[in-house]
Amino acid sequence: MIRFILLQNRQGKTRLAKYYVPLEDSEKHKVEYEVHRLVVNRDPKFTNFVEFRTHKVIYRRYAGLFFALCVDITDNELAYLECIHLFVEILDHFFSNVCELDLVFNFHKINYFITSPSKGIHRPHIGSDDSPHMRTLACVYLILDEFILAGELQETSKRAIIERMGELEKLE
Amino acid sequence: MNTFFSGTRLRDMIRAIRACKTAAEERAVVRKECAAIRTSINENDQDYRHRNLAKLMFIHMLGYPTHFGQMECLKLIASAGFPEKRIGYLGLMLLLDERQEVLMLVTNSLKQDLNHSNQYIVGLALCALGNICSAEMARDLAPEVERLLQFRDPNIRKKAALCSIRIIRKVPDLAENFINPAAALLKEKHHGVLITGIQLCTDLCKVSPEALEFLRKKHTEGLVRTLKDVVNSPYAPEYDIAGIADPFLHVRLLKLLRALGQGDADASDAMNDILAQVATKTESNKNAGNAILYECVETIMSIEDNGGLRVLAINILGRFLSNRDNNIRYVALNMLMKAITVDAQAVQRHRATILECVKDSDASIRKRALELVYLLVNETNVKPLTKELIDYLEVSDEEFKGDLTAKICSIVEKFSPEKIWYIDQMLKVLAEAGNFVKDEVWHALIVVISNASDLHGYTVRALYKAFQTSSEQESLVRVAVWCIGEYGDMLMNNVGMLAIEDPVTVTESDIVDVVEIALKHHALDLTTKAMALIALLKLSSRFPSCSERIKDIIVHHKGSLVLELQQRSLEFNSIIEKHQNIRSTLVERMPILDEATFTTRRAGSLPAAVSTSGGASLNLPNGVVKPSTAPLVDLLDLSDDVPAAPGSSGGDFLQDLLGVDLSPAPTQSGTNQVQKAGTDVLLDLLSIGVPPVQSSSSTTDILSPIQNEKSPIATLDALSSSSPPSAQATSSARAAPMMDLLDGFGPGPSKPENNGSVYPPFVAFESSSLRITFNFSKQPGNPQTTLVQATFTNLTPNVFTDFIFQAAVPKFLQLHLDPASSNILPASGNGSLTQNMRVTNNQHGKVYLLYSHLKLHSLQFLDFMASYEHSSITM
Repeated sequence: MIRFILLQNRQGKTRLAKYYVPLEDSEKHKVEYEVHRLVVNRDPKFTNFVEFRTHKVIYRRYAGLFFALCVDITDNELAYLECIHLFVEILDHFFSNVCELDLVFNFHKINYFITSPSKGIHRPHIGSDDSPHMRTLACVYLILDEFILAGELQETSKRAIIERMGELEKLE
Repeated sequence: MNTFFSGTRLRDMIRAIRACKTAAEERAVVRKECAAIRTSINENDQDYRHRNLAKLMFIHMLGYPTHFGQMECLKLIASAGFPEKRIGYLGLMLLLDERQEVLMLVTNSLKQDLNHSNQYIVGLALCALGNICSAEMARDLAPEVERLLQFRDPNIRKKAALCSIRIIRKVPDLAENFINPAAALLKEKHHGVLITGIQLCTDLCKVSPEALEFLRKKHTEGLVRTLKDVVNSPYAPEYDIAGIADPFLHVRLLKLLRALGQGDADASDAMNDILAQVATKTESNKNAGNAILYECVETIMSIEDNGGLRVLAINILGRFLSNRDNNIRYVALNMLMKAITVDAQAVQRHRATILECVKDSDASIRKRALELVYLLVNETNVKPLTKELIDYLEVSDEEFKGDLTAKICSIVEKFSPEKIWYIDQMLKVLAEAGNFVKDEVWHALIVVISNASDLHGYTVRALYKAFQTSSEQESLVRVAVWCIGEYGDMLMNNVGMLAIEDPVTVTESDIVDVVEIALKHHALDLTTKAMALIALLKLSSRFPSCSERIKDIIVHHKGSLVLELQQRSLEFNSIIEKHQNIRSTLVERMPILDEATFTTRRAGSLPAAVSTSGGASLNLPNGVVKPSTAPLVDLLDLSDDVPAAPGSSGGDFLQDLLGVDLSPAPTQSGTNQVQKAGTDVLLDLLSIGVPPVQSSSSTTDILSPIQNEKSPIATLDALSSSSPPSAQATSSARAAPMMDLLDGFGPGPSKPENNGSVYPPFVAFESSSLRITFNFSKQPGNPQTTLVQATFTNLTPNVFTDFIFQAAVPKFLQLHLDPASSNILPASGNGSLTQNMRVTNNQHGKVYLLYSHLKLHSLQFLDFMASYEHSSITM
């Protein structure tokens, strides 16, 4: 079971955090800090797995962004590694180009969220607010909810997820 | 209402936050924004709900508290439209989790949405439920979720399947309701539903033996067929990962088959063919393919024996182990640990490769490999493997040394063929990584040395040599100092020379030098120095020529700022000066330590379990030192099996008791922690031993002035009783860590003065407006139940009406809330409300948790409530 999912940049700023187990806020911050410390300085040749307390963190780095899943010690590491990649592919597909993700999550720069409005296609309108950045962030959470639920994999087909997001979009 | 702030757009807020130069500025901006959002919430501002929530999510992401927005999420969820609900649920999942009491309020909305006619809204509710469902919600909403497993739309079915997983994990009792609908999902054609259905079945097998039996009997064949279809399916781009067909479904099917095949020969038999097919046909040049192979190997290892398949599996692992990809090597090591129980010989063949992995630069691989090596060690290969590991200890990373040392020590203790080898290896480890060696390990070493009388001379000489090069390794120094104190004369005379030894020439003063270095070394800690003092006392009698010098050193330490050292110096000085007649008897060599007793103490978890037959040697540190046993004391169950604890001085009292009884060095010092007592006791014990009978009066004499004034009666009591003070000492020892534990917890008065009250009352919550006090009492004859009386006092000038107090407890407790004395709380502290709670503990031996739990949780909860005070009270 996936305990939590973290997207962090190289500086350790958490861009997205999704917890499937209940943790105190202070504990969450501690976990995020520790996971960052664990993965940030690892050599690219090293394994993508680090033991973390009584669990295991499976991480993968894409440019300046670390995707990390915390899973049970008995889970299949290689499959979860593939899972991260699938998620990134879905995001990539969804936002039509990596640039947009770039803008939100800042693969390369430290400043974030303040950028010109992006022009992704299927972006759902979250609320009436005018910030595209918040929408994009919320959107990533919504995609994640179609991909993983209750700490388990829900859908492995990119097409199915993208179609589903399209349907939900129409309801807004 | 502050119109300026409610008009701030999200983007402007983010910009403002980004423009902050300092953390303080950022906090100020966030505070202002939060205030504006709060106002907007209080005014029930419909138009800005979205914006407010979006801002809150951003603020939450920055790490600021946002609990005041939780109600807003609930309101959005309760509104009619999909867009509102969607953002409401999103906020709910981000800002709340299952432990927040507000969540109880959302159950009803969730129930309505699960029954909604719009399937997208049903989907939202399922998603939220799956991610934050608590045990209570699980019970309330399980019927809805169960029904949704048969919903027409596959998107709902797969969400419902995963929701069911969460539900049965939270409440395993509910599993049986899900068996039939879950099994129906295994026949699904829809890919997403099938994969989630398989996961649900796997989880059902974990929590319910009936489910496992049912699925095994009825569905093994079907699942084997499904796997066959997947393996032989034509190329399907939708589920293809890097050329491997549907690896996720593969992996999940193999996992479920593993659960079904484990412990059942028929089921295992049914899946043999397909497992062989997967193991041979899957391509292993891609990560996805290896993921399948890895899962397949695990399944082969776990199901009932089939020789041919296991050979296949071990071969795959062998290939993995020689792979250049670290990830693959890692999983190979991981799996070999499981394989070792199946086929140890096959794993031994890879020993050299595995040993290389221990030296890998990647910590993850090293750790796995070390665990594996540990399992590989047996009587025949222990010597070469230990040599390799100790050699590597010299060059390994600092952060790895701890693990490595622990494993080497464990191996050496477990498999040592002879004592001299054991001592040699331990000395090497101590010299190399003495700072990483745990206390119990060097304690064990001392016990072994003490028992190996023919090796005393050899050991002390080896330690003397090792000290010259590794004087900064704490535990080496301790062992060396102890041995020198005991066997210092052997060091000098080359007594008991072994053929392998080179003779050393050491003078008495060289030996005293060593101890003096240990005593003066700035990096060594108090325990070591205390041990050094004792060694000096012993040497003073063994080496008459150095007696004066030793006396000077001891006198010098009479002025030590460390109370412990000062006290010991004073006492030892008095022994040397005034008690010449008994000194030699007092500092005689320790009697041989009883190995059996030590082992029992080490293994045993309850201090009371150890017999008191050995007099002094029984009071080894275990029960007192190990926090894992001490906190298990029944705090609220004192009446049950523990006699009345002698008040807060229990720990000190035990120390006095042991100190008085055993040695002229009681560890009575104000700052000393109770946990420390055990170590010191051992220390005293190891150094001094049982004083001869005739000296006991003088020993007591020396000590009496510094006894803890709080417990003289108890001490005398114990001394006068002829039997060893087992029961009483034990009870007080058990009570003492408890007090210590609670001392650290909070502001409450944690020093009970009387034995009558089970636990002192404490102020659970206090703010400028409200104070809550908890009183504890017990019903006679019902030790598992504790009565908690909460007293509420209103400190504001306004009267609180409709005052309700709610409490939640962990699962192993049962809570019964009586009605409060009134629901109106008069203003300005004029009178108060009381409410009784009965808390019953089902899990014997963990009651102490109740107190801390109540304390901690009430604080959090009330903290949260406090932020609502104004809004909810005025409503």
